[in-house]
Formats: sequence, structure tokens, C-alpha cells
Amino acid sequence: MTPEPERMAGPGVVEGRVQVNHPIGLHARPSVKLTQLAKSFRAAVRLRAAEEEDWVDAKSIVRVMALKVKVGQTLVFEADGADAAQAVHDLVALVERNFDELAAE
Amino acid sequence: MTERVGIVIVSHSLDIARGAADMVRQMVGEEVPLAWCGGNADGGLGTDVAAIKAAIEKVYGPPGVAILVDLGGAETNSEMAIELLDESWRDRVLICNAPIVEGAVMAAVEAAGGAALEDVRSTAEELSP
Repeated sequence: MTPEPERMAGPGVVEGRVQVNHPIGLHARPSVKLTQLAKSFRAAVRLRAAEEEDWVDAKSIVRVMALKVKVGQTLVFEADGADAAQAVHDLVALVERNFDELAAE
Repeated sequence: MTERVGIVIVSHSLDIARGAADMVRQMVGEEVPLAWCGGNADGGLGTDVAAIKAAIEKVYGPPGVAILVDLGGAETNSEMAIELLDESWRDRVLICNAPIVEGAVMAAVEAAGGAALEDVRSTAEELSP
């Protein structure tokens, strides 16, 4: 059984989940894009792989890459702050768009 | 536009320096000031203090410059190049203890986000064992 990860406290916390469909997963270039997008928000943003309990700061390129998320895994985002909802929405959308890397086939 | 910390890549090989810079440009984008140098003054493998100094001067701005190096001589020559800079610049130019390619990309991501010089260096150095 997967241990329940701790949750961010506070009424403004927004969560989002998205499956990674990019064939190479969350590798270097996608991680850079995700981190850069996360940094554009004031909200604190963190993420984890759905089957892991450890959160990492979505604004830390080193930590995001260290997650080594593979294709098929689900990412969980959590954000807290004034623009938290927008942050989670945009980050989920980036993953859904395969980080804008794969041309429509 | 907000000024960003500049990144300088110093390798013994011009090809490695240029290739690492290409990775930074393609993965991180154009907003970070970036310069590189590699090879000695004769065009062989090595590093050149004057070329390193010129690379630093090319990207220097108030936020400072983070330097990524490969092997020993690149570090000592970078230290010498920093010594030759104007005194007011010297403490705004730091050498990162990080792998050159990965460190350059990580440092550039952090710099592109508007981070301060010390944070750019510590992000690159998170990769070190």
C-alpha cells in the first residue's frame, strides 16, 4: 500500500494530476520547460510521482530531473498561493501537450 | 528586461565548450547571457587566460557571472582570468564546482528564472557528489 503523502496546508491549495505520455518521460528538456513554467508563478508549486510519497519543489531543476518520471506515470502537482490555480492548470496543460515537443502525428 | 546572471563555459576543447553552449541555448533559450571558450592560444587542447577573460567580459553585468569548467587547468586559468578583471567585478564572478555540461544547463535554468548568482552556483553544485 502506498503511504499517504503529506498535504500542503491552507485553504488555497490546488491539486492537479496528469499522466506523462511523452515517450522519454520527464527527461532533461521537458524538466527544463516544466521548471521554467513553474518559476513564472508566485505560488509555491511542488510535484511528485503519484506512486511516490516524496514531493519535490517544481521550481528546482535538479530535483525535478531527479524524479526520473517515466512515460505512463502520473504526476501530481500541488500549488499554494494567489496564482496557484493558474499554475496547476498551466503545468498540467504543458504535460498534456507533451511539453510542446512532439509534432502531431 | 531584467538582467540575468551570465554563464561562461570553459573547456579544454573548443568543441565541448561549443556543444555545451548549444545545449544551453536549445534547452534553456536565449535569455541568459552565454559565452564559451576552449583550446589554448595555439588551437590545441587547453585553456587560455585571455580567452576566458574575454568570455567573462562578454557576458558580465550587475547580476554577475557563473563559470563552468572541465579539468584542473580550466579552473586555475579561470581563477587567473578573474584576478585580471577589474577589482569591482571580481567577487561577482564565481566558478562552479559542477560537471561542465549538466552544470551549465542547470545554472542557465536558474539564471533564466532570475535567480541571484549564489543561487545559480548552488543549483549547479547540487549535481556534485
